[in-house]
Amino acid sequence: MISEPALDRLSAMFRAPDVAGTRYELVSILGRGGMGIVYLARDTVLDREVALKIVEGSAGDTNEARILARLEHPGIVPVHDFGQLPDGRLFYAMKRVRGDRLDRWMAAPHDLPERLGVFLRVCDAVAFAHAHGVIHRDLKPENVMVGEFGEVLVLDWGVARQMQIAECKLQIVGTAEFMAPEQARGDATVDHRADVYALGAMLESFGEVIPVLAIARKARSADPGARYQSVQALAADVSRYLAGRAVEAHRETVVDRLARFERRYRLPILLVLTYLAVRALMLWFVRV
Amino acid sequence: MSAFPATRHSIVAAMRSARPDERRSAFDTMVTAYWKPVFKYVRLKWHVSPDAAADLTQAFFLRAFEKDFFADFDVSRARFRTYLRTCLDGFVANARKADARLKRGGGVTLVPIDFAEAERELRFQSANAIDDFDAYFHREWLRGLFAAAAKRLCDACAERGRPQRFTVFEQYDLAQDESERPTYAEIARRHAMSATDVTNELAAARREFRRFVLEALREQCTSDEEFEAESRMLTG
Repeated sequence: MISEPALDRLSAMFRAPDVAGTRYELVSILGRGGMGIVYLARDTVLDREVALKIVEGSAGDTNEARILARLEHPGIVPVHDFGQLPDGRLFYAMKRVRGDRLDRWMAAPHDLPERLGVFLRVCDAVAFAHAHGVIHRDLKPENVMVGEFGEVLVLDWGVARQMQIAECKLQIVGTAEFMAPEQARGDATVDHRADVYALGAMLESFGEVIPVLAIARKARSADPGARYQSVQALAADVSRYLAGRAVEAHRETVVDRLARFERRYRLPILLVLTYLAVRALMLWFVRV
Repeated sequence: MSAFPATRHSIVAAMRSARPDERRSAFDTMVTAYWKPVFKYVRLKWHVSPDAAADLTQAFFLRAFEKDFFADFDVSRARFRTYLRTCLDGFVANARKADARLKRGGGVTLVPIDFAEAERELRFQSANAIDDFDAYFHREWLRGLFAAAAKRLCDACAERGRPQRFTVFEQYDLAQDESERPTYAEIARRHAMSATDVTNELAAARREFRRFVLEALREQCTSDEEFEAESRMLTG
């Protein structure tokens, strides 16, 4: 009889991939992503750590590796190697990114401009993918890494699709909180604006100021036609906020405009006010 | 090597065969895979004596063979394992309700079943209360699947004149308890091998074991889709 400990041992062994014959040694599990498990592994040839993703499911699913290989961008994790395990499963080795997942990074105190700076770099990577015809389809803070040196990388392209492929009836994949309504319904019309929606959902958690929330709300419109029509347009509106200019998504009142004017020109206003105060004091002394 | 063993006729498909010999052989394979989980499940879930559980188990498989219980199985609606357990629950409930004498035999004999061995295993296992019988049935089925694969590995190693490979696997991976699990160095000493040889033999045995598990699993599945789902469940 196979004892309880032996059954547990065999089950665990069965779950762990057999990497014999490859150049990698498994160290631990980093996480479970779209279509597979990502292990921390050591590349025994180059003596460095890598993230090794073992693709589950359909044996021929090389989707993520092919997409990543095409997307060479500093904000997209690069693929180093690709191969097949002795049991037939496919694997690929990616750069091991050290740092924090965005959801954890957000828990630490970072001011709004710093947060929005990270957001813009995520937008930059996603816009690059869109320009190459690739939709991520599962953008969320857990799929973004903020590296030790401030680098920002978008991970987990396991459910990403080429746009022309995505424009057909799709399997419903993604994370409910960040999923555009048309994606949740499995509509045939899912396009890059589903990623705009997900970025809007991320932005909502970035800051409570009215213009930023208005940008997030616009990006999260239920109707794809009412959203920003590209990630660049969304990023441009966030950049306008950071530069102290009016954002497209929010109609300002006079008070809003004055407050923004004050924020944008705080230093010159202070200098002018100081100058006027000094002049007033000098006049007063002269009269006295 | 493919992730999936070459498609054979699954036992479920073969149980529907028009050829009696093929049908019988498939049925025997199915009984071999499932009798122990069925016996233990009946014992624990339905709280019956060992003798009554043995009678119910035999009667269930005989009735299934005679009445073609599994002909209605629809792969798109459930796993075969779930379907079998549902049939079993219905069968036991009816048998107890009717309090009827269980039909034994009728000219049909099952593959040899060692109920005493299953009862011994049960005594060893029953220390913990079971609150999820679905999970229990699954675990017992998995135990049977691994046991069958280990047997195939043992036979294959002996056939190829490499019994040591299985011995290493047995001593390290099938050790009953963590406390009695030897280290690689201890195994190497016992069998006058180097530690590297132990590592290599163990890696090869695990690879083959994995293949035999998938092969046994493939035989129990009704379609490539079901097999893919089941193997995904195994690989976590």
